[in-house]
Amino acid sequence: MNRQNSLFPGWGALALVRRNLLVWRKLLLPSLLGNFIDPLLYLLALGYGLGHYVGRMEGMPYLTFIASGIVASSAMNTATFEGLYSAYTRMAVQQTYLSLLATPLQIGDIVMGELLWCAVKGAISAVAIVLVAAFFGAVDWAWAWLALPIILLTGFVFGAMALAVTALSRSYDFFMYYFTLAITPMFLFCGVFYPLHSLPKLAQMLAGLLPLTHAVLLLRPLLTGHLPSQVPLHLAVLGAYGLFGYGIAAYLLRRRLLR
Amino acid sequence: MPTLPRLELCALHKNYGGRAVLQGVSLAVGVGECYALLGPNGAGKSTTIRCIQGLTPLTSGTILLDGLPLAQWPAGGHEFMGVVPQGDQLDPDFTVEENLWIYGRYFGLPKGQIRQRSRELLALMMLTEYAHRPLQVLSGGMRRRLAVARALIHAPRLLLLDEPTTGLDPQARHLLWTRLRTLQREGVTLLLTTHYLDEAERLADRVGILDGGILLAEDTPSMLIRTHIPGDVLELRRRDGMLPDPENWHEGRVAAAERAGDTLLLFDRDLDPARAHFAAEPQYQLLLRPATLEDVFLRLTGRELREEAS
Repeated sequence: MNRQNSLFPGWGALALVRRNLLVWRKLLLPSLLGNFIDPLLYLLALGYGLGHYVGRMEGMPYLTFIASGIVASSAMNTATFEGLYSAYTRMAVQQTYLSLLATPLQIGDIVMGELLWCAVKGAISAVAIVLVAAFFGAVDWAWAWLALPIILLTGFVFGAMALAVTALSRSYDFFMYYFTLAITPMFLFCGVFYPLHSLPKLAQMLAGLLPLTHAVLLLRPLLTGHLPSQVPLHLAVLGAYGLFGYGIAAYLLRRRLLR
Repeated sequence: MPTLPRLELCALHKNYGGRAVLQGVSLAVGVGECYALLGPNGAGKSTTIRCIQGLTPLTSGTILLDGLPLAQWPAGGHEFMGVVPQGDQLDPDFTVEENLWIYGRYFGLPKGQIRQRSRELLALMMLTEYAHRPLQVLSGGMRRRLAVARALIHAPRLLLLDEPTTGLDPQARHLLWTRLRTLQREGVTLLLTTHYLDEAERLADRVGILDGGILLAEDTPSMLIRTHIPGDVLELRRRDGMLPDPENWHEGRVAAAERAGDTLLLFDRDLDPARAHFAAEPQYQLLLRPATLEDVFLRLTGRELREEAS
């Protein structure tokens, strides 16, 4: 019927990315400060504090080991927050999506715009950690630049999953379930703090189904001077989560907004 | 060849679950015309506006913009229509001026054109001195004028306004009406919804009265009054709070009557006999006045009609 229904993205998505970027720029200083101080605390507390007892892990100093893990989890966390709280505010509180639908923008543009922004926002915080880690000598730059597209993909994937949850939510309270049941388990069991093979076989298999595992397995080698193994598998899993996440988020958002 | 209407709604039906919200609404708005959809809350006014925007998929029916179904326009015709939604939907993260700039980008307009158009629209809506201020300092009337300015950033042919003056004080309403009349003179076609009768009467070339998803009547305000109200109106109320004329003395003595709450409205060309009768009783408060659209509205959507309908 009406072309308003299109779930496929167009150039209008970039207008929304630009809008979100302009808002972010207004709060640049506090936002960047948070991006740098947060990982700094993690790296100092865990890398030095815990690292003192752990020593080396998988042949590298513990600080180096968790730095790459925290790069991945930070892209996940930042994109998730953006896809949940910020997107919900725009959708339900400020009615930004409805005002966008009064322009030539369509559902697909809105979803793609939000997810690209989640990817960028995730990358901003992840890159901040790379810089802090580099200051402590925990980054090998040989292949590190290849980490950026992986970080962006990770942000997109977690943004898509979060936006789908947002499209179903009736209030901010709902998001606690998603954090407790999805994000926190991934943070703890997907190889951020210790290698996967220290887990029992079954837990390893389950972790293998989760997107953060594959982001970590790509990012850790890249940031420590190696090329990852099984690249197609990791990319395929992340790509599948991104594609399905996009489709589900777009479908649910259309159902919520057009009625 | 007669000119095509700018906007034409053809037999719009919308069901939510089992509930019929629109039951065959058809109307046409001519080029440069101001059409007001008048109705109580829940009449289907906002649903109609949402349907035109493509936000509410129709159960059946067609909407034509310049004779072409909206589905055949690129982007649902949004490049040619502006929307002033209920509750403004302005972007609180930006200043007054930035709200216009950002919105212009959604239409893909070039930067220079957006800047120039923003200056003109802020001047038209008397917001120039607030251009760099955050939204939070604006009054309700200013916010609404900014919402109108924003809806006009791409110079649309058709402007949809959903209850544009709800919640505004009288000065703010008059200012907005003045600006909307200016737009109309410039050739913009206006379709607005309202539950204010004075707004419809003062602003609209034609008024459609919508209730329960059905268009009950449609005409110029003066013709609606002439068709549905015979002559003048006598309002009767009692000081003691009792219902006026409990014995129904008026029946058969006036052309028409309507009870609305504690008030009895009598309609006739010559109301002197009725006035003389009730003026003799000290309990009664009387008001003789010319008929307004409100009387038409009450007659068409009033209590009696609802009782018949149910």
